[in-house]
Amino acid sequence: MPTPFQILLHNFNYVCYVVLLMIGLHAMITKRNLIKKLIGMSVFSTAIILFYVSIGVNNGGDMLAGHDGRPVGNIPVLEHGIGHDAITHPETIDPRRYANPLPHVLMLTAIVVGVATLGVALAITQRVFQDYGTLEEDEILAQLNNPQENDD
Amino acid sequence: MRAFGLIIVLLTGGLLLWGVRDFPLFGAADSPANGGVVTAYYLQHTMQDARVPNAVTTVLADYRSYDTMFETAVIFTAGIAIFAILRVFDDRGGRRLRKSQDAPVKGDQYRIIVGTTSRLLIAPIQLFALYVLVHGHHSPGGGFQGGVIIGASFLLLAVARNLQTSLDRFPERRFLAMGAGGVLIYAGTGLLCMLLGRNFLDYGALQAVLPATGPEMARSHGIFAVEIGVAVTVSASMFAVYAMLASRGRLKDGL
Repeated sequence: MPTPFQILLHNFNYVCYVVLLMIGLHAMITKRNLIKKLIGMSVFSTAIILFYVSIGVNNGGDMLAGHDGRPVGNIPVLEHGIGHDAITHPETIDPRRYANPLPHVLMLTAIVVGVATLGVALAITQRVFQDYGTLEEDEILAQLNNPQENDD
Repeated sequence: MRAFGLIIVLLTGGLLLWGVRDFPLFGAADSPANGGVVTAYYLQHTMQDARVPNAVTTVLADYRSYDTMFETAVIFTAGIAIFAILRVFDDRGGRRLRKSQDAPVKGDQYRIIVGTTSRLLIAPIQLFALYVLVHGHHSPGGGFQGGVIIGASFLLLAVARNLQTSLDRFPERRFLAMGAGGVLIYAGTGLLCMLLGRNFLDYGALQAVLPATGPEMARSHGIFAVEIGVAVTVSASMFAVYAMLASRGRLKDGL
């Protein structure tokens, strides 16, 4: 039975993702400034990306040496010679020597979609600032509740 | 409200930390994520099916092609949404603003180092972007990364000089057309496969139009075609996002 400290040490990346996720969630829930909320959203999505990428890591450990003594490549790109054999004999490839490509694919698109989401959110924030002159939630709400004070 | 939010955050974080105990060790080869049947299929058949050594590219553009097509559509939609939210057409103020644009920018004499460096860097950056795009079959890279680098080269020009210089080279009409055109290239490749008698985005059908290729090489070329579509959309959208945000939708007098 490993101690909590050992668990922390072996799964440090997962602890980092939880901490980042908490920071992002806290910013999104409690901050009143819209830009700070967006920073929280960005940190949150970064935490998710860290989580997926660290799940997909495969550095093989010690039991899996390379086929000709070289260090094990852990990215999901086949080496030249091995890849050539795989055209006719797919079973020659040991899938445990490579990382799972799926988390990489999902995060590749998630990063770009995250940028697009952030862009749209910033555009809406800019419109809000043009209309209300502030980015503080409570001040915007006060202006929404008293529309006669709005026309300055 | 503040205390309530903190309680929710601590509760969520505590539950997730509790779950961390059950995760496999970092980088373990026998973790559930690395040991699946689908993973093994992807890695073992990427060469046989599509002649692409980079399994990420095959999964992205062939096995999960629908996903990537609609991701591209999402990015295009984001560009259009920012256009709809922010774009302001002011024809009356336009001439005055243009005249101020022709005048030397304040502080321009201090920009020799930045301007020269960016001018030297932009061409290699774009060349590197094309390398990343075309080499996505054999190394980490592909449409998304190449497109972002192309977009970044225009951002560098906009930051180092001014937005107008960048817009002269990548005008509004062009980046809107490119955003739509990239999705069109992607969906058009899929439609071409359909017209040739196979399923939508089944690139093997392209061997009928590509000379001297088997279905596997046709898949490789089909992946390349849709990667180009992705790169076109991503580069246009990246620049559109920056240009709209930096100029408050006027596309004049940026930051």
